[in-house]
Formats: sequence, structure tokens, C-alpha cells
Amino acid sequence: MNSITPALLVLADGETFEGEAIGHQPTNGIASGEVVFNTVMSGYQEVITDPSYAGQIITFTYPHIGNYGVTAVDDEYRRPFCRGVVVRELARRRSNWRSSAGLDEQLVRWGISGIAGIDTRRLTRHIRDVGAMPGAFGTASHEELAAAVNVEPGTTGVDLVREVSITSSYAVAGPSPDAWNVVAFDYGIKTTILRHLSRIANVTVVPGTATADEVMAMSPDGVFLSNGPGDPQVCDYAVKEIRALMNLEIPIFGICLGHQLLASTAGATTFKMPFGHHGGNHPVKDLRTNRVMITSQNHNFCVDHTTLKVAAEVTHLNLNDGTLEGLVYTDLPMFSVQHHPEAGPGPHESATLFDDFAALLKKVHGRVGI
Amino acid sequence: MILLRYSKRFTEGWVFKVPKRTDIQTILVIGSGPIVIGQACEFDYSGTQACRVLKEEGYRVILVNSNPATIMTDPNFAYRTYIEPLDVDVVAAIIERERPDALLPTLGGQTALNLGMALSESGVLERFGVEMIGANAVAIETAENRERFKEAMAEIGLATPISGFAHELDQAVKVATEIGYPIIIRPSYILGGLGTGIAHNEQELRELAVTGLAASPTSEILVEQSIAGWKEFELEVMRDRADNCVIVCSIENVDPMGVHTGDSITVAPIQTLSDVEYQYLRDMTFKVIRRIGVETGGSNVQFAINPVDGEVVVIEMNPRVSRSSALASKATGFPIAKIAARLAVGYTLDEIENDITKQTLACFEPSIDYVVTKIPRWAFEKLPGAEPILGTRMQSVGEVMAIGRTFTESLQKAMRSLEQGRYGLNCDPTEQEYASIETADLVARTFQGTPERLWWVAEALKRGVSIEELHDVNRIDPWFLDQMLMIIEEREVLGHTGFAGMDRVSWRRAKRLGYSDAQLAYLWGQSEAEVRAARLAAGVRATFKTVDTCAAEFDAQTPYHYSTYEDTDEVHPSSKPKVAILGSGPNRIGQGIEFDYCCVHASYTLRDAGYETIMINCNPETVSTDYDTSDRLYFEPLTFEDVMNVLEAEKPMAVIVSLGGQTPLKLAGQLQAAGIPIAGTSPESIDLAEDRDRWNALCVELGIDQPPGGTATTADGAAAIADVHGYPVLVRPSYVLGGRAMQIVQDEADLRRAMAELAADGSLGREGGLSADRPVLVDRFLSDAIEVDVDAIRDTTGETIIGGIMEHVEMAGVHSGDSACAIPPQSLSPLMISTLSEIVKRIATRLEVVGLINVQFAVKDGVAFVLEANPRASRTVPFVAKATGVPLAMVASRVMLGASLSSLRDEGLLRPAATGTHVAVKEAVLPFNRFPSVDPVLTPEMRSTGEVMGIDATFGIAYAKSQLAASTRVPLEGTVFISLADRDKAGAVSAAKAFVAAGIELAATAGTASFLRSHGVEVAIEVAKLTDVVSGLVKGRTAIDLINEGKIAFVINTPRVGRGDQTDGAEIRRAATIAKIPVLTTVAAAAAAGMGVAEMTAGGVHRAFAVKSLQEHLGLV
Ligand SMILES: Nc1ncnc2c1ncn2[C@@H]1O[C@H](COP(=O)(O)OP(=O)(O)O)[C@@H](O)[C@H]1O
Ligand SMILES: Nc1ncnc2c1ncn2[C@@H]1O[C@H](COP(=O)(O)OP(=O)(O)O)[C@@H](O)[C@H]1O
Ligand SMILES: [Mg+2]
Ligand SMILES: [Mg+2]
Repeated sequence: MNSITPALLVLADGETFEGEAIGHQPTNGIASGEVVFNTVMSGYQEVITDPSYAGQIITFTYPHIGNYGVTAVDDEYRRPFCRGVVVRELARRRSNWRSSAGLDEQLVRWGISGIAGIDTRRLTRHIRDVGAMPGAFGTASHEELAAAVNVEPGTTGVDLVREVSITSSYAVAGPSPDAWNVVAFDYGIKTTILRHLSRIANVTVVPGTATADEVMAMSPDGVFLSNGPGDPQVCDYAVKEIRALMNLEIPIFGICLGHQLLASTAGATTFKMPFGHHGGNHPVKDLRTNRVMITSQNHNFCVDHTTLKVAAEVTHLNLNDGTLEGLVYTDLPMFSVQHHPEAGPGPHESATLFDDFAALLKKVHGRVGI
Repeated sequence: MILLRYSKRFTEGWVFKVPKRTDIQTILVIGSGPIVIGQACEFDYSGTQACRVLKEEGYRVILVNSNPATIMTDPNFAYRTYIEPLDVDVVAAIIERERPDALLPTLGGQTALNLGMALSESGVLERFGVEMIGANAVAIETAENRERFKEAMAEIGLATPISGFAHELDQAVKVATEIGYPIIIRPSYILGGLGTGIAHNEQELRELAVTGLAASPTSEILVEQSIAGWKEFELEVMRDRADNCVIVCSIENVDPMGVHTGDSITVAPIQTLSDVEYQYLRDMTFKVIRRIGVETGGSNVQFAINPVDGEVVVIEMNPRVSRSSALASKATGFPIAKIAARLAVGYTLDEIENDITKQTLACFEPSIDYVVTKIPRWAFEKLPGAEPILGTRMQSVGEVMAIGRTFTESLQKAMRSLEQGRYGLNCDPTEQEYASIETADLVARTFQGTPERLWWVAEALKRGVSIEELHDVNRIDPWFLDQMLMIIEEREVLGHTGFAGMDRVSWRRAKRLGYSDAQLAYLWGQSEAEVRAARLAAGVRATFKTVDTCAAEFDAQTPYHYSTYEDTDEVHPSSKPKVAILGSGPNRIGQGIEFDYCCVHASYTLRDAGYETIMINCNPETVSTDYDTSDRLYFEPLTFEDVMNVLEAEKPMAVIVSLGGQTPLKLAGQLQAAGIPIAGTSPESIDLAEDRDRWNALCVELGIDQPPGGTATTADGAAAIADVHGYPVLVRPSYVLGGRAMQIVQDEADLRRAMAELAADGSLGREGGLSADRPVLVDRFLSDAIEVDVDAIRDTTGETIIGGIMEHVEMAGVHSGDSACAIPPQSLSPLMISTLSEIVKRIATRLEVVGLINVQFAVKDGVAFVLEANPRASRTVPFVAKATGVPLAMVASRVMLGASLSSLRDEGLLRPAATGTHVAVKEAVLPFNRFPSVDPVLTPEMRSTGEVMGIDATFGIAYAKSQLAASTRVPLEGTVFISLADRDKAGAVSAAKAFVAAGIELAATAGTASFLRSHGVEVAIEVAKLTDVVSGLVKGRTAIDLINEGKIAFVINTPRVGRGDQTDGAEIRRAATIAKIPVLTTVAAAAAAGMGVAEMTAGGVHRAFAVKSLQEHLGLV
């Protein structure tokens, strides 16, 4: 029987939750960040290791977390960048032939703190009604935690891309040496995205801060703008380079933050949604085929396409709240989606978007890669 | 470039854009018929939803279903409702009469699906230009024909276990030897694993193959490598005509492969698969539904996964709404059947609103933030001879579902929902039964799936057996075993802490693991009340969360809740006048859908009358647990603690306990003591009717005749009583349901044996055993008495109306629930009828009944003996309502809340009964085909699982219809075998004559033959007695030979009195059951069948059944 270490979770507006400390135990007994929730019922490891959660504390609405352990191949990034996890029930025993370790020990290894035993439904409803907000949890006193919350900046106006992005480029081999050459900006690029890209191209992953010149020096057939954490509005450096590439009419495909940056480059403004989309069950309609895909989603900011200065067509919409999910630029070889066609975790049906990218490259270059 | 704004308006713009199909107006919906093992009231739930939706959409719905106890057959759910046998010719007649444009066969289970196929194959659909919607014949064929299914799966690159097919025995053996043992036999087109089984050697295989071939309508069996022990999963999928697919729910079986899903403890969502594995299953499920070609609607796909290396194989797909879809709907709040019906008429998923969130569309995948556990309930104790071992053949008669925030909580809630003396996974008196079992034996026992398995596992864990050791034996996933271990460990902690040492934190931890107050009371030797009080004092009370399909991501207004122990409550009761209705819990023999029907009617009518209705129940198959049947639904166990939690939160003005059978009635006293206002008849009156001695006194006081008798706790005591009143006597334990363990004994020796059995019987021990306050009742058995059931309603003004008087076909001695009965009575004199009515009124008045009362009589030599009176809704209420058009349950509900019968007459709710124009016959449906080792003879112990109704102008035809509906086709040609006990011979002459007159030839045993001949009935074949042939006394063919040679169309065989089992008769009846030949075991039934034959062949012409809708019978049109 494992003895428990009581811990508290305190939100910016004073709401307090009782639970027990799990995972890494910080010396000051405090972990803080912006509290968000995710409604996936499986895929906790992919979620925790998704760098888009940099600066955030992830609440899992599904009560049992850790049941099937963890395995290195399911990691989405070199390490997690989230600030902590909130769960109702952490499995003390894992069971699955794929797993190589338990989630609790892995959290310790990652240095990620967590809090368990929380009424995560109460927390989720609160965030849903009031909006995502800073919070702090741990074994520290209520006062200390409250103080920590006050100095917690949240994610608006914070540049988290620099925090997570790699500093030196690396290559991922494609299906064949003469497949397409694609340069991918790493704003926090997920492993499953690279798996899909490398189905169609030899990929060179460059830092999120790379310049257009550096990219062009690699004479790419196309450019990919990855997902990533935080507020697109602070990534003006990225927007500058993307504009340069846009002017060169290079084929571009963007996902999530990549989609927002591309739209910003095209003059659109973005706004923060009340509590974002974080789950694996969002219906997205492809307006061209009228087919609905169930998609994986993870974003707090959204593009207001009505402010676009460049001609584009809305290709995808979220059926739950009507928000923008995808754009095709009318006069430029560019398209992007807000949701995650690579899944990891989540449904696979929209993975065909990567093939659309291959098709675009073919159209532009008039030849078949591979 | 389209212009859009960030707002919900937008999505609303998408709803109902494309119009529904306008090329069809009339749709024929086929129901699933009687409740049988493998097909319970989940199809009343799905069928009712479908009918409602199609009606809303403006279609003319024609419904056919032989089961009168269903909500769907209420006249207002369809334009025309046919309570007729689900038989190709009968339905063809309905089609010819109603000329539907389309047939929807996917919402009535396997029965409707197979009937739909038969109608299409026989060309009926084509002839009348009826289009099959929901699924087409090819799709059904591809899914249900195991061979075609395998090919299809191979095409889309999906693995299935190695296998071959056989259409006869030797072929099967050959295939098996090639594959190697163990082998599983799986027949095509079956339901609930009928005819399946696992063979470990050739001999076992030969036996299984024979039954398997017989079980398959197409006599095709799949001979397959057994992968028993693998993990089993199920995904519920929906597809629309635009090819959008969504997974509604994923289910994991706690019992690994080898135990039928319907008999497995299952959990939603899947607990032990990583997202990578889950998404693979999801992708495969879409591939399957697309390849099989189910264009619109719901299906389920079953997978097995090798726990060692993750290898995945497909087990089967059901191209229709199934039991699992009902479970999935209740587990997620996603109404599969309702949506399947909309899809069938042309909507796409993104055109249908999610009526739970009201903000989003049905085109999404529910995300849940709780754990759902389903546990089946079996009835082995009622089927002597049937071994309580679970396999690939489904045997459960019902199930419970529980919702908790964690698996531990939902598991223990589900266990106490079963109402089988268990308070949870451990910590209750019943656990003491295991003390005597050696640990090694205990562990070994968990290898087999049995109704007790998890409790054995718990006991083993308690004794320190490791998870590894247990897993090696039973293959239950270690994660589940560890969760159970957490519960067991907590017991230790609670033991140490002790009642006095409990603080808020420890109370909360225990409750969050699902511990009930009753378990804790047992552990600490306190009373449940003390425990509850102390817990509440510590500030630990149940909180209620909501089932909202979206894990709280959106604000949902669902009225669907469950209790758990968390920080905050989501229920904010209104101040409107509220009535709580307690449901009837899991289906079981003796308490089934009839009671759910009553509860649902109460909810409907009270809502109409302006009350807010609150339903509490734990049976996922039912209409009562549909979230929009009542204003609020609480999915909770029906125990005092769980019910009180809800009532304290809701504070209703009245609670209805008399419509859900014994389950809620048992709680009446306790609830009243806790200050809860009970609607209708007072708990005192209920006790007065139930307590043997007080009841006897009352009968004396009212001068009502009862069978003479007394109570005893010893064999000598019983013998003494019998000596006074004379044999035969009827013995039974007190406080049991459905004639449990009741038997007729002929002499003292027999009596002593019976008493010994009662004292010993383990399952009875659990039901209370023998003691001074639980004596055995010994009554004079009234032979050849006519049994009569009467349902009546009394109001607060003292007026009593007789709802229905049902004369049984079988004589008293066959449980009322197992015998056929007719409205109106066929042989009772007007005088007797008024006598019975008058007695019922006297009893109702004396008991100050407010609401329903049911009285059972045995009428012998013109004297009416009262067998029992139940001041509550009875099993026959729905039948009476369908036969007379008087909605008894609705009227009673209003009466219980103070309305007078006269005021209800003025309202028009209480209509005069529609009689005189028709006869309605109710027939019971028995589960013997699933328990070949059980003698299919009718006794005072109820064994039927469901009922059907036959309705027509005359008794004979109505009876014949009821028999066909119960798949006992009364023959109009061929050979009938008759063998009768001496006392029955005279009574069978009329029937025998009728058969011969119809051109049917008779075969009989010597005695019966000579008796019939001496009465001028010609007997063509005389067979030798089994025993004589076996003992070599005589040569010649026996009845068994004829049956096996397929020479017999129908068997009439009445047992010699007494429980004597191994008689010729027993052998013959079993052989017939196995050969699927109809058997009648009472002379009364034979006589009725004779009347049917006579009427159907009058004037030498064979008449087909004429069909007529209920609306016409009841003069509603
Ligand atoms: N190859 C097999 N090896 C072991 N068990 C099996 C195999 N195939 C099926 N079963 C078991 O038999 C049960 C019933 O089989 P199924 O085809 O689902 O029958 P039904 O059509 O009645 O649902 C399954 O739930 C599973 O537990
Ligand atoms: N004294 C009796 N004589 C003949 N048959 C009886 C007698 N008592 C009971 N029975 C038969 O036994 C059946 C079950 O008895 P009942 O009291 O209704 O049990 P339960 O209350 O469990 O349904 C009745 O339907 C009737 O057929
Ligand atoms: Mg099955
Ligand atoms: Mg099946």
C-alpha cells in the first residue's frame, strides 16, 4: 500500500482543490502554469510529451491515467515541456505488452510533477465556464501556491517557441533519396508529424528561428510549418521569414501554430478562445467533400479568417463551434489546418492531408517525387 | 471566399439542411418478440426509440411484435400495431394488408434481422415492392454467414482465427484435426452463441458439432482454432449515407475470450489499450462496416487481442443495433437507435442535433469521464441439471450497469445492483461461504468463467495469492486484478482504523473505492444506520455528476446522473412537485420487462399530469433508463443507501415502490421509517399481505377460502401438517419469488426428501435458508383446479375496478408465470366471475389498497381458493392493458397520487375495456432450448423468461397464434406423438380426435394408444417403451427413434406426477427439445391446441392466420 502525500491545486481566481502529489517532487513543492484540460480517453503519453503544452498544466478528464504504462516510441518530442499533470486516478500498476515503464516513474524521470485524486470534472467545468487560467499545485502551503499563481504569466504574449525549439538542424530520411526535399520549421514539431512527412519527403528540420535564406540555401521543394506552443502573435520573427518564403511562392503546408503563423503572415488576426480545443473527438467538416472527420485538437488561439488580407478559401470548419479549421490560399501554393491530421493521439482519418501536400508539390514542380 | 463568423449560430445553420427521404411514407418495423436469453428488453428500448423518431419525422409506422409486455406495442407508438407471431407468412399477410414502402429490420435484434432476410429470400419484399432500409440483404448475409465474413475480412487484410467450415459431422472432424485442438464451434446466423462451444478433443468436438449444426438455420458451422484467454474488445460504430463513420463507445471484457460477451463482465471505455492500439481497432472497425456494406445505422465489431504480442483478430460483426449498442447508449448518453432510425431515412450524422448538449451535432465521438461496468445475472438455481459454467453460449437472463468515476467504484456499485446478497466485492455475509474452500482449489476454480468468478478472485487476493498467479490461471488482465486488490487492501486498512477511528479523509477514500455503508457495517459489526449517520456527520455525502457525452467540455442540460464521492454536485433540483419511481433492477426469471413497462407508464402519465418524474434504476436494457423517459434519470443500484442518496438530494413529494416488482417493494418499510412518503398502498398493508400468519388471520376474518396448510421448520413438522390435510401437498420456502424451490409432493417419503433439499439447497441458504422466521409453507395441493389471476385497482375514495380476469390454460400447479392464460375467461361461469370480483374487492378494501392489487385463485369444484394477494403491479398488467385497452399502470399511478377513478374517467384516461370482439391469449416462453440437460416440464417454480400474446376472434385461433409466437407451431399435418400419464388420458381424447379429423396421424405409447383406440380414436403408430427396449425386453422403434428420424412434428407428453426425473417421458421431452420439436407437457394445453387445429381446419380447408391491428381490435380507429 502506497502512503500518500497531500497536495493542493490553487487557481488564479482562488478555487482550490485537494489531492495528492505524484511524479516529480519539486524542492519548493510548487509547480505552476496555465491550467487546461484534455478530453482524450487514451494517449496520455503523447499528450504529455506534446511540446505545444509548454507552459501549461494538463488536466485529464478521463479518470484513469497510466493504465497501459509508457513506451519510448510514443513520445512526441525529445522531452515534455508541460508544467504538470492533473489526474483523478493514477494507475499504480500498468498492464500492456508495449509498455516499458509506469507513468509515475516516467514523470519522475522527466521531472514533471503531478497531482492526483482531484475532482477533475469540477476543475474542467470551472475552466470551461471561467476560461483557462494560471494555477499552481504541490505540497507547498496554500499561501505559497497562491503567491506562485500571481507571478505566473500564463501563455498570452509569451514566446514559448524559443523555449522548446531545437537549436541545430537535423535530417529525417524519406522513402527514397530522390523523394521531395521538405524543410520543416520546428516550433515544437511532433514526432508523428515527422513520421508522416517522411512518408513523402526527405525532411530537414530547422530551428523555429531559422531564416528564409537559411531555408532557401537548402533548395527545398516545399516548406512545412509545425505545431507549437503559445501565442502566435509573439512569433513575429517567424512571420517575417514566412513572408519572405511566401513571396518566393514556395509550396507551404502548416499545422496548428504553423497554420496560425501562415494566416498571420497573410494578414489575419488571431484571438484567444475561452478554453481552447483539447481533445480527440472534434468533428471537422471538409467543405470541399462535405465529409466529416473526427480530429485531434490542441489549441487555445484561433484565426479570424475574416481579417485575411490574402485571398484564401475556407476548407475546414469545426462542427462544434463553427471555428476555422483549414484554409487553402487561392493564388499561392499554400494550405494549412488548425487540427492535427497526424493524430498522436487521436483519429487517423485526416492523415490524407499529408498526401495533399505531396499532390501540391507535384502540381507546383510538375514532377513526381520518389 | 466564404465569409463566416465565430459563433454557434453557424453550426445550427447546418442542421436539417438536406431533407429526409420523401419517396417513402410507410415503414414496417419488426420487433424482437418475447424476451429470451440473448435477446432481452434492449430491443424494446431501441424499437421504442425508432418508432418515436419515425413518427416525429412524419412517417406512417407499422409495427409487428408478438410481445405484449413491451412499450413499443403501446397503440400510440405506431400508426398500426400488430401483436402477431413473428413468422414469415404472418408478416407477409401484414405487408399485403398495409403495403409499406420500406422495412426496417435492424432494430429488432437477431429475430427481426433473420425474419427480414426470410422475407427477402421468399420474395415477399419484391412482390409487394418493399425496400429494406438500414441494412441490405447482401450486407446481412456477409456479416452473419461466418464463411462469407471470413472471406470479406481476408479481402481487407484483417486476420481471423484459423478455421474451416463444415456442413456435416465428418467434415467438422477433418477440419478440426487439421487445425489442432482446442477448437471452437461457431454456427452461422445464431443468437447469443447458441450452439457454440470449445472442444478439447475429438469426442467433445463430435458432440458440439452435432448441436452446432442443429443450431444454425443454414446448418453451417465454423470450426475454428480456440483463442480462449485472449483479451476481448468491442467497438460500437455508426455510419451514414455520406460515409461518415463514428465510434460511439469502446468496451473491454473483464472475462477474456471464451466467455460470451453477453455473459462477460464488461467495462467502458477500454482500459488497457494504448492510443496506438485503440486507433488501430478504430480504423479496422471502419474498414469492416464499409466492407460489409452497412450503409446506414449502427453495428458492433468484436476483436480479440493476444496479450503477449498484441496480435489482433476479428471475431464477428453484428450489422444491427445489438445488446451492446443499448449498453453503449446508456454508457455514453449517445442514443444509437434513435440516430440509426434517422440515418435509415436519409439524414447524415452532421444533420442531427446531439440532444444532450443541444449545442453540438451527433457527428462526433462521445468522450466520457467515468467508468461503466456491466455485470450479467444468471438463473442457474432455477434450472436443476444446468451447470453454472460460462462459455461461448450465452446463459444470462439479465444484466446490471453501474457508473462510477473509477473502475473500483463502478464495479462495487454494479455488484450490489445485482440483488444477489452481495454488498460489493467483499465484506458481506455471503463471503463466509468461501471460508471452507482450500486456497489452491479457489485459485483453480477461477480458471472457469462462472457467476462467482470475481468473488473467488477477491477471496484469493484476500488470502494473499499474487496477481501473477491468478492471471496465469484465469487470464484476467492484471490491471483489473490490481484494481480489485486495491479494494481488498482498503478492507484491511478500514479494519485497522475501525469505526471509531474514521475521519473525513478515510471515509472519503473508502467511498471512492465503492464501499457501501452495508459493507462497512458488516466489517465493523455496526448497523447500516449507524454507519450512515457517522459518515454524514463527517461530512462525506454522495455527489451527483452528469452523463453529458463530452466529458464536461460543453455545458450540457442532460437529465442523466450518477452518484460518486467528489467535491461538487451538479444536480440542482427544481421546486416543482416531484415523484420518484423506483425501477425493478436487473431482469430475472420472475421479474422482467413487465415491471419496467409499469414504471415507464407511471413516468409518462405523471409527466402529463404535471409532475416532475425521477427514475431510479440500474438495468441498461430498459426503456426506463432512457434519459428522456423521465424528467431526471439516476442510474443507481436499488439499495437503501443508494436510493436514499437520490431521495435526499431530490426531496420528492412521493415515491412509487409498487410498480417495479419485489425489488422496490422490499425497500418500502425502510424508506418509510426514514421519513420518505410512500405513494399508494401503505407498507403496513403490504406486510399484512406478505406475512403468512397475519394474512391467514385476515382471510379467516373475511371468510375467504384458502388451501388448508401450515408452516414448518422440520421434516416431522411438515409431515404432521400433511397428515392433517392430506397429500398431495405443496411445499415452498417463505419470502421467495417466482415459486422459487416450490414443489408438489405426493407422499411422506417424497415430503421428507423435499424438506431435506430445502434445508440443504445452497442458493436458498443465500436467499435466507430455513429458520423459525423463514419456515417452509406446507399447503394442501389442489389438483385439477382452474387457476385464475385477477388485476384490480382501488382508489382513495374506496372504489375498486377489476382490470382483468385471466383464466389459466394449465391447471393450478403450473406457476402462473409459466402458464398460458386467456382474457376473457373461457370456462368460468358468470356467477364464479362475480364471486371472484367480489372477493378481490373485499381484500382490496380490507388492505386499504390505493393503486394496483393482484389476486391469484385456484377454483376447484365451484369453490374459489385464494392462493395469494399482492398489493402491487403484477406481471400481467401489460397483457391486460393490451387485451382490454385499459392502461392499468397509468391509471394506478394517478390513483396513487390521489386522483379518483371517476375523475380519471372524466379525463378519458380510464376507458371502458374493449371486450366481446376478441380473445387474447398470453403464453409463456421458456429457456429450455439453452439448457438441453433440463427436463422441459412445467412446475410451480417459474422458469419462463418472457411472454407472447395471440389475439383473434376465437380462443382456439388466438391460442394457436400464441403457440406459433412462442415457436410451438401447432401442426396441421404430419405425425403427432402422444404419451400421457394415466390421470391425463381422458382429458386428451378431444384433442386427439381433432388432430385425426384434421388428417394428422397419431403415434402413441402402448397405454395411451389402447386408451385412445378404446375411445374411437385411430392411432397409426404404436411405439415401444424406452426402458423396455433398453433392457432388451422388447424389440421395436421407440419415440426417440421416431424423433431422431424426423418423423414427428409435435409431441404431447405429460409427466407422471411427482418430481421423478429419469422416466421415459423426461427422455422423450429432452430429445424433442434438442430436435427443436414443439412439446406440450400438460393435457390442458393439448386440449387448447386441439381446439386451435379444429378451428383452423374446419370444413376440411387449412386456413392461414388472419391479421388485425391492435388499434382495430381495441376500437381505437
Ligand atoms: N476463436 C475463438 N476462440 C475462443 N473463443 C471465441 C472464439 N470466437 C469466439 N469466441 C467467444 O465466443 C463468444 C461468442 O461468439 P460470437 O461470434 O460473438 O457469438 P454471437 O454471434 O452469439 O455474439 C465470443 O464473445 C467469444 O468470447
Ligand atoms: N395450494 C395450491 N394448490 C395448487 N396449486 C398451487 C397451490 N399454491 C400454489 N399453487 C401453484 O403454484 C404457483 C406459484 O404459487 P405462488 O403463490 O403464486 O408463488 P409466487 O408467489 O412465488 O409466484 C401458483 O401459480 C399455482 O399454480
Ligand atoms: Mg458476439
Ligand atoms: Mg452475433
